[in-house]
Parts: sequence; structure tokens; C-alpha cells
Amino acid sequence: MSTASTNPNDVPRKAESLLVPSALMRRRNAAEARFKAYGIAAIVISLATLAIMLFTIFSDGISAFSQATLRFPVTMDAATLDPKGNRDPADLAKVTTIGYKKVLEKALIAELTQRNVDVQGVSAKDIGSFISGDAPARLREMVLADPSLIGQTIDFSAFATGRIDGYFKGRVTMETAKLDSNISPEQLQLADRMKAAGILDVRFNPKFFTNPDASDTRPESAGLGVAIIGTLYMMALVVVLSLPLGVAAAIYLEEFAPQNRFTDLIEVNISNLAAVPSIVFGILGLAIFINFGGLPQSSSLVGALVLTLMALPTIIIATRASLRAVPPSIRTAALGVGASKVQMVFHHVLPLAMPGILTGTILSLATSLGETGPLLLIGMEAFVVNYPAGPLSGGVMDPATALPVQVYAWAARSDPAFIERASGAIIVLLAFLLVMNIVAIILRRRFERRW
Amino acid sequence: MKDLRVERDVQTETNKIEARGVQVFYGTNHAIKDVDVNILDKTVTAFIGPSGCGKSTFLRCLNRMNDTVASARVEGKILLENEDIYDPRVDPVQLRAKVGMVFQKPNPFPKSIYDNVAYGPRIHGLTRSKAELDEIVEKSLRRAALWNEVKDRLAAGGTGLSGGQQQRLCIARAIATSPEVLLMDEPCSALDPIATAQVEELIDELRTDYSVVIVTHSMQQAARVSQRTAFFHLGNLVEYGETGQIFTNPKDPRTESYISGRIG
Repeated sequence: MSTASTNPNDVPRKAESLLVPSALMRRRNAAEARFKAYGIAAIVISLATLAIMLFTIFSDGISAFSQATLRFPVTMDAATLDPKGNRDPADLAKVTTIGYKKVLEKALIAELTQRNVDVQGVSAKDIGSFISGDAPARLREMVLADPSLIGQTIDFSAFATGRIDGYFKGRVTMETAKLDSNISPEQLQLADRMKAAGILDVRFNPKFFTNPDASDTRPESAGLGVAIIGTLYMMALVVVLSLPLGVAAAIYLEEFAPQNRFTDLIEVNISNLAAVPSIVFGILGLAIFINFGGLPQSSSLVGALVLTLMALPTIIIATRASLRAVPPSIRTAALGVGASKVQMVFHHVLPLAMPGILTGTILSLATSLGETGPLLLIGMEAFVVNYPAGPLSGGVMDPATALPVQVYAWAARSDPAFIERASGAIIVLLAFLLVMNIVAIILRRRFERRW
Repeated sequence: MKDLRVERDVQTETNKIEARGVQVFYGTNHAIKDVDVNILDKTVTAFIGPSGCGKSTFLRCLNRMNDTVASARVEGKILLENEDIYDPRVDPVQLRAKVGMVFQKPNPFPKSIYDNVAYGPRIHGLTRSKAELDEIVEKSLRRAALWNEVKDRLAAGGTGLSGGQQQRLCIARAIATSPEVLLMDEPCSALDPIATAQVEELIDELRTDYSVVIVTHSMQQAARVSQRTAFFHLGNLVEYGETGQIFTNPKDPRTESYISGRIG
């Protein structure tokens, strides 16, 4: 048919060259270019923000992984450490850390004298205050575990206090030291000379990952040990609790549940639950699990139960979405050869939905890994110095903390050394998240199949 | 329609399926109106008609695939060897082992070729040993004229085959459970002419063992493969008879209009 006669708005066409874009075409191209520019700008802004954030965290936090450490030989003076001279553990235990502190102080001064380090203007007590409060306790534990050390000379390494550590990391300067009652510029100059003499050096500190939290006065020995154990316990429990529950609920709702008002109500409420502020789940956990259920507060079990409640709606929604994404032809094929509904779901639909389910689950796990609010309410920001027991001996009932809560607790403390540690803890948390997301990608690749 | 094979021996006159007063509703939409039809054993029966005439819907009644559509409601009786398949005591899962189905789009499972064919026998517990299962798989693939093309790569994915091979794999999968009736819903509509010819040839061979019901848009195809043809229009079964008679000497003016291309 000829278009000329049937075209309703029958205006004669203007002669246009294809080589010259028309006005309309120019406007369309401009709109397209504008939209592209907006998109690129959005990506650039978010990348820049991300880069700034990562840069701040890393520049503040990377120094948390190293630590100024003193190394010197310690002679275990029998007269101080075993006044009765009988090596009886009961009597050895009566010597407190004060006795050990004296031994360390003496040993450090002796080492300085031996290495000809000038200690002018710094009193013996101030030299002793170089040594972290954590060192005498550690030495005492070593001696109580092995009394034969008394009388011997051992090589000992002790953390320098937070101020000295901060001096080498640029946090403490001569100017701030003048105003600080805890440290003097003379001590800092001595620290420089000690470093030159090789008694003091700044090195990688594995104890940051293993030590428990420490008090405000000794930031240098504070570590993430308890927080990492607590986080691992909680993640394991959340997976065990939320994955089967969430997937089973999603399969039932998506594949088997009748479509009626009641299931509609459930669906709406699951979506609503996913949007409930996390702090509300914390109050719920406090009321149900601790006050009503009588479970121990601050324990990783209660933390995991609360996080499971939080993760469930997300897992259910993600699972249902990936079940729905399985092509209907696979379902009809399975039913067509006489598979029952359960066989259809478990032999065909679920394996195909698996990548989506795993991705959704791991992402919601990652969200709960970084969750702080609800854990504060169930007491997980407690100051915990004892490691929880092993997983088989009821460790999930012991008090523990979690990485994000540890970040919160450290950021709230007054000593700037803890700010560095908080940033270090954020780096560890980010590393956890990165690992989980990589696992999610690997699992998705592995399960992904074409149909 | 030069290749119209008018002279065809219809081997048997025994009824495999008898439908009596079948009505299908999708919600308020009356999709099938009072259809009576007898489908013969060891015969290819074609359902033809314009889009939306209900031929696929009726086909899906024969193995109760319509049960999976929540809004569908079926009335009337469909007897498979004198047993009403809509009797409340009938489990549709068991029925579908007896009445296999091949769909419009090839839909192999995203599993190996072997597992595709072995799936039905496995879930219905038809075999006791691996050797028996191997035998069924080979027999079904041979029956579907696919064995020679895939015998060296049974462990390869079924979705990696070409369209025509996939459809023959689906036919092999359907006949692996030894059904009595094979339903085919436009099995060639997604295939090229060569693959179509292969599948049509296969359908003709399957007639020796099965009662085959095929829904098709192509009148040539109906004429080529079927012995009996049913013409559906607007949910009614307009005319049903021997294929030669339907195409050369239709009794109803609507049938004549359709096969001569005036409606549809």
C-alpha cells in the first residue's frame, strides 16, 4: 500500500539531507548526551566519596596494625619474685604485678645503661612508665606457668605505652607532650634515642587480632580477639538458623501456599519486617530472649538470634525473587513428565534458584555482620576480657562482643589511641565483608547454569 | 497442498480417550464449550484452528496440566480407557506418567542429556538397576531419532543441543516413561523446516506405539502427519473426522473457510 494516500496528516515532506541532522535529531542527541553525562557524574561522585572514605579509614587505621615494642633482656630476680625462696606456686601467686613491674623497670634501666643511652632528665619511674601496664601481668603469667624461669635471664618484648606508640605514629608531638601529664618531651627524646639504640622499634602487631579489649589506660594492648570470636560465632549461628528457615518459608509461600487473604497478609508483613529499624529488633531480643527466655546477656547466642530475626525477611524476599525467576518452561517440563510438586521444586526449581538464594543470603549476612544497634541493646558492648569458650563447650553462651560494637566502644573512648584502633577494627570488618562478597560471587559463578 | 496424503490406513478403531461434555473456564472466560471427542489408539490426531480457539487448552485437559492454572475450572468427563481422569481419586502425577507431553518451546532440563531422559523413569521408579536405566535411555533416544547424534556425549548438557535436537530430546524424555498417549503442543513452531521434517517423521513413527495428539497452527503439518483432525473455533469443536475428509470435503462451512484461508 502506498503511504502517501493513507497517511492521515498528509503534509508534503520537506526535502531533508541525511548528511545534515534535523533539529529534532539534534535535540534527541543532546538529551542522550546529557543523560550519559548525568550517569557518569553520579558514578564519579560515588566513587570519589568511596575513595575518600576508604582513604580516611586506611590513613587512620593502618597504623593500628603496628605497635612500638620494647625488647630487652630481663633477669628474673629471685629475691623479688620468690621472697620465700621455695618456688611454691601458692607463694609465687602472692607476688602481684607491682613486683613484676619493678623487675621490668630495673631490667630496662640496666639495658639503657649497658647500651650507653643517655637518660638525662628522665627519672627511673618515668623510664618504667615506658612499659605497657600489660607487660608485668604477662610476665607474671609466664612465671606462674613455669617457675623455673626465676633466676634466669630471658629476652622479653613489651609494648611501649600508647603515648610513646603515638609519638612514632605522629599522634603525639613535643608540643602536645608539654601539655600532657602522662608524658614529657624528655621522655619522647629518650624514646628517639632508644629507637636508635635498637631497644625500641615499631613493628607489625599480631596481638591486635588476638588480644581481648583493654582498659582506657592501656590502649596499646587492646585487641579484637573477643570481637572476632563473637562475630564468627554469630555469623555461623545466623547461617545455621536463618538459611533453612528463610528458604523453607520462601519455598512454601512461593510454591505451595494457597493465594488468599492470609498469605497476602503474611507477604505484606514480611516486606514490612525488612524495613523495621534494627534497634527495634534489639529491644525485641532483649524482651524475648533475655528477659523472658532467660538466655545470658551479652552472649553471641542472643546476638545471633536477634540478627537471625533481622536477616530472615531479606532472605525470604531474595529467595522468593529467585524462585520466581526460574522460567515456567522448566516447571511445566517437570510436571509434564509426571514429577510431583515437591519433586519439581527440589529437583529443578531450587537448583536453578540456588545462585540467587545464596547471593541474597550472603548479602543479608553481610548486613547483619555490620549491625551495631540491636547488639548494643542486648549488652554486647560490654567490656569483655575473657575469651568465650570453644564452640563445643558452650562458648556461644559466654559474654562476647562483635566487630562493629567494638568499633563503637573504642570510638567512644577519650584516648586518641583508641580512635586509631577503631579505624583498624573497621578495616578488619571491611576485610570480613570483602571475603563474604567474594564467596558470594564464587558461589554464584559455580551454581550458575544456562537454560 | 500437494503432499496431502488422503489415503491413509487408520490402523485401529479402539478409543483411547473419550471426552464427554468438556467445558473449561478461565475465571469467567468460557474457553471450551461442550466438547465431545473420541481419540483413537495408535493414531495421530491433529487439533487445528485459529489462535485462541481453545485447542491447546483442550490438549492440556487431557493430562490435567490445566490443574496448575489457579483460575482454570474443568467440567465434564474425560475417560482414559474408561476411567475418568477428573475423578477425585486420580492423582494427576500418576496420570502424567501415562499421558506424556511435549511443549511448544523445547524445554530440556539444564542437566545432561542422559539425566534429561532418565529423569522420568527415575522418579516413577521404572528401573531397578543402572543397566536397565541405560537401556531405557538408549531406547528412548533411538525412538526419538536422536541416539546417533548424541550417543558420544550423553553427559553433555541438554541445553547445548540445537533447537530441533532439543525438541527430539524432549520427545525422548516424554516417551521414556512409556506413556500410552503423547500430547504435543505445537512441537514444531520453534523449529526450522529441516528440524520440523525430522520431528514430523518421528511423529509418524511414534504412531505404531502411541496414541499421539498434536496441536498445530500449520494445516500442511496436520495434513502430513495426522490420520484424524479436529477443527476448533471459538471454543467449539466444529468438525472432527478423518484428515482426508476434513481437508478435501469439509462438512461445516467454518471448516471450509479456515482451511481455504478465509478465517483464522
